[in-house]
Amino acid sequence: MRIELEARPEASRVAGWLSPLVAIAATLLVGFILFLALGRNPWTALHAFFVLPVATRYGVAELLLKASPLMLIAVGLAIGYRANVWNIGAEGQLTLGAIFGGGVALLLHESTSVLVLPAMLLAGLVGGMAWAAIPAWLRTRFHANEILVSLMLVYVAGLVLSLLVHGAWRDPDGFNFPQSRMFGDAALLPILLPDTRLNAGLLLSLATVAAAWVFVRKSLAGFQMRVAGLAPAAANYAGISAKRTVWLGMVIGGACAGLAGVNEAAGPVGQLQPSMSPGYGFAAIIVAFVGRLHPVGIVFASLLLSLLYLGGESAQINLALPSAVTGLFQGTLLFFLLAADVFIHYRLRIVRGAFLA
Amino acid sequence: MEQVAQLLALTLAAGTPLVLAALGELVTEKSGVLNLGVEGMMLVGAVTSFAVAATTQSPWLGVGAGIVAGSAMSAIFATITLSLLANQVATGLALSLFGIGLSAFVGLDFVSVVIAPLPPIAFAGLSDLPVVGKIFFGHNPLVYLSLVLFLAIHWFLYSSRGGLIIRAVGESPQAAHAIGYKVVAIRYAAVLFGGACAGLAGAYLAVAYNPSWVEGMTAGRGWIALALVVFATWKPWRVLAGAYLFGGVTLAQFQAQALGVEIPAQVLSMLPYLATIAVLAFISRDAAMIRMNAPAALGKPFHPDG
Repeated sequence: MRIELEARPEASRVAGWLSPLVAIAATLLVGFILFLALGRNPWTALHAFFVLPVATRYGVAELLLKASPLMLIAVGLAIGYRANVWNIGAEGQLTLGAIFGGGVALLLHESTSVLVLPAMLLAGLVGGMAWAAIPAWLRTRFHANEILVSLMLVYVAGLVLSLLVHGAWRDPDGFNFPQSRMFGDAALLPILLPDTRLNAGLLLSLATVAAAWVFVRKSLAGFQMRVAGLAPAAANYAGISAKRTVWLGMVIGGACAGLAGVNEAAGPVGQLQPSMSPGYGFAAIIVAFVGRLHPVGIVFASLLLSLLYLGGESAQINLALPSAVTGLFQGTLLFFLLAADVFIHYRLRIVRGAFLA
Repeated sequence: MEQVAQLLALTLAAGTPLVLAALGELVTEKSGVLNLGVEGMMLVGAVTSFAVAATTQSPWLGVGAGIVAGSAMSAIFATITLSLLANQVATGLALSLFGIGLSAFVGLDFVSVVIAPLPPIAFAGLSDLPVVGKIFFGHNPLVYLSLVLFLAIHWFLYSSRGGLIIRAVGESPQAAHAIGYKVVAIRYAAVLFGGACAGLAGAYLAVAYNPSWVEGMTAGRGWIALALVVFATWKPWRVLAGAYLFGGVTLAQFQAQALGVEIPAQVLSMLPYLATIAVLAFISRDAAMIRMNAPAALGKPFHPDG
């Protein structure tokens, strides 16, 4: 007797939505075993990782604060991924967004105008788009693989930021620390909840998620991109431009990541530093998949991945575990998700009798 | 002359991790599997080899452990993509993210630990030869191993039955399956080999090239190795040439500093990445040529029912 995978006649929607839940459960199980292996009481550890961080009002605000860039980047990436455009350089596009937006803030640091913030947001959006336009152009003009190009540009973006904060944009009164001056009040996003760090960036992210849903479901371009992803040959036959699909997929992802970058600079960070994000651009890839490339799913998935970040910080404080454990959980979650996804297109069949082998 | 010889020797050493990782990925891709997790496998190979070398005081045990760790990482990838038929691009990305997290987690206790590196081989007489001795005969054993590996892979792919089978599986898994080859098992073997090579490349970095553990110490070499395979249009000797070319570019930073050129360090550090992008665009511009050279089934899951 052996177990075989048998193709389903059509994809199972139930399996598609069940798979993230299975993946979360399996990741928790791995966490349980990991903490046990590290000699910690697994129940206390899981409690410290997943419950303590959100047990207070401040904790919930932090959860939303970190979920905001994740959902913002992930909805942008998901539009590309649905069309088989693999932008994995969101981290670099985020960095460029922070550089462009932060540059405006530094340029206008004496201004108290209400227009400073909109100008920053716009600049950040353009910065992210411009950075994503490079792989889009190289892909459409030279067929260069966008995965590798967008990823290489993450390293380049980090070096550009490093160059700026070590050089031209370094705070003149900053004791030579590699960071810019602190932004003025006009360049900071207003706080939503008093006594927390939660800022208006969340509203911007939620509005973008809604806009993305409209784009995917209601617009012609969104429909064409979905077709291009599901059936490239059919899309080609129907006259849907493959180049436009690549451009839109990359540039929308870049715009969202750039916006997330300004939100970090004008939000919790408040200045430019050598590193503007703890890997949100990469975590957002996981958010997009766990959220099934669907705007609503992405909102929930961003809360989950945000909790993993908070859990890592809490584990560092309460369990004396390195916060790198967050990355471990992120990867494990995505593995289980991809593995569980097999049941969308296949089901198990038990084959009796050995003679068939 | 002396300086040129020195530079060539350094280039050989800097290109070696790329040779190892890219050759492994080449074999994996020849079987039709695209594993984007090279960066993650290299990092886990690096941290494991360093940890084992630091604990046992034996760099060779470290190298062995790095190979095992790289294969173990690729086994995760193989299980998810080959047995569970998941999307190879997404799973490869997951493997890289996982490897970055795992290596950072494991490596925390080993930051700023000092180990005895893998010693260079002394070739009696040869190492003292002028110029040639300096370029070729003062390296650690893994540099020579990478060259042996290159010859072995070249022979295996183009002159052995096994290589023919792997290439057949990468071109048309359905046909290979129809004539009785176990496509999934062959792909497992190719993926595990790729993982072992990436682990070895990581071990080279951590116990030979730059004996230390620093978070993310591969600095994108895994991704550059992936680009190299495309650059090489899936041909081993071009992988070798490309690896030394990029190895040389990574040295520009130190050379410029040595020559007293006033260019910010960050700009020089960008060079390998920018060069990768430029070369990738240049080589990809002829889409028909890439299509002809790439394994036809690259990245496509295989299920006997089609």
